[in-house]
Amino acid sequence: MPEDFLVRAAEFLPILLRGVVVTVQVTVGALLLSIVLGLVWALMGRSRLKPVRIVSRTVVNVVRGVPIIVQLFYVYFVLPEFGLSLDALAAGIIGLGVAYSVYQAENFRAGFDSVDPALVEAAKSLGMSERKILQRLMMPLAIRTALPPFGNTSIMLLKDSSIASTITVAELTRAGQLLAVSTFQNMTVYTLIAVLYLAMSLPLTLAVHQLERRMARR
Amino acid sequence: MIEVSHVSKAFGANRVLRDVTFEVARGEVVCLIGPSGSGKSTVLRCINGLESHDGGAIRVDGLEVGPATLPQVRAKLAMVFQRFNLFPHRTVLENVIEGPVHAQRRPKAEAAAEARELLEKVGVAEKADAFPSSLSGGQQQRVGIARALAMKPDAILFDEPTSALDPERVGDVLRIMRDLAAEGMTMVIVTHEMGFAREVADRVLFMDGGEIVEAGPARELLSAPREPRTRTFLDRVLRPL
Repeated sequence: MPEDFLVRAAEFLPILLRGVVVTVQVTVGALLLSIVLGLVWALMGRSRLKPVRIVSRTVVNVVRGVPIIVQLFYVYFVLPEFGLSLDALAAGIIGLGVAYSVYQAENFRAGFDSVDPALVEAAKSLGMSERKILQRLMMPLAIRTALPPFGNTSIMLLKDSSIASTITVAELTRAGQLLAVSTFQNMTVYTLIAVLYLAMSLPLTLAVHQLERRMARR
Repeated sequence: MIEVSHVSKAFGANRVLRDVTFEVARGEVVCLIGPSGSGKSTVLRCINGLESHDGGAIRVDGLEVGPATLPQVRAKLAMVFQRFNLFPHRTVLENVIEGPVHAQRRPKAEAAAEARELLEKVGVAEKADAFPSSLSGGQQQRVGIARALAMKPDAILFDEPTSALDPERVGDVLRIMRDLAAEGMTMVIVTHEMGFAREVADRVLFMDGGEIVEAGPARELLSAPREPRTRTFLDRVLRPL
């Protein structure tokens, strides 16, 4: 049995690794998109203009309230009816990126809220402009606070990239499913998949911890 | 240098400033004293626009303080805070050059050289590359003063600069402020340090309930107050038992 497992594992691994590559593409792409959009929602949420704040709140509540799988179906199956056809990978990245942007927005919001207003006053009294205060004071301090929840969100996103399998993205989970139904080796395949996800998430956890420690020293 | 005329301000129904009027001449040291909640910190914060005022006018070097003039006004004034308010993610040196480099757009090397001299002057030169969290309160406040001086301000506003310090560290900061006064720096100081006010201030303003109750030369006002409210306050502060 263990020898069988190893033989089959050696046989399956190259196929699954191709899935890993796509999983990394989906995760990294969606993560970057979610950070940019999340920052946009968070900054809009701090706007002086009430309508801008309302738009931000609405986006966050709507996107957060709809299952990710439904959002992916929407991007992949519904948008083409409006003339926007995306290939599966792009649809997966955009769908997951938008879905996760609202969690990133909440992380950033908590970060911004944690900045002591007295420090902003100190920066103002030095004559720094709003933009400089954002760049040099608010952002660095907000990111420091947002980092631990950001690590959490990133790992959730890595795992949820498996939802892209439902719109035919050939990432790890889908590659494994196809392998399992054609070989009936469920135990081997799904064990390998689980191990491969762990092999991605554990280094991610460690990387975020390292970053936290480096920033905490200041 | 600083003219505050008939300034009023209210938070809702709470009138925190009532018809506050005073002037600070160039090179003058003025101390604002009074019970907490009397409006003295609020006046200070109105001068550099951290708070807006509702009525009256404030002029700094002839420039009326308002939303449009804030950049010019703040270029002339620096502020030292009770809780220091140093930037925790920057080193001591970076804190001091933040204003010169990122508000006044001066060359970094030049600002850093001046900053090191200022840190020398306030006695924390050896901490230049440390982060504020590793400094004592007294050291942090001296950095706060160096950060203010780095702006080459025409006047410095001090908001209870020694109230958050350990008693034995208060003197370090007061001595630096006395030296600044002797060098001719224009200073407006909200303080509870009556000994310092008596020795260093040219004039003292006593505030209570959002208005200036009494103003006069430091020694005169502190040793022979005319108003009963001033007398009661000074009695409580100078003889707490």
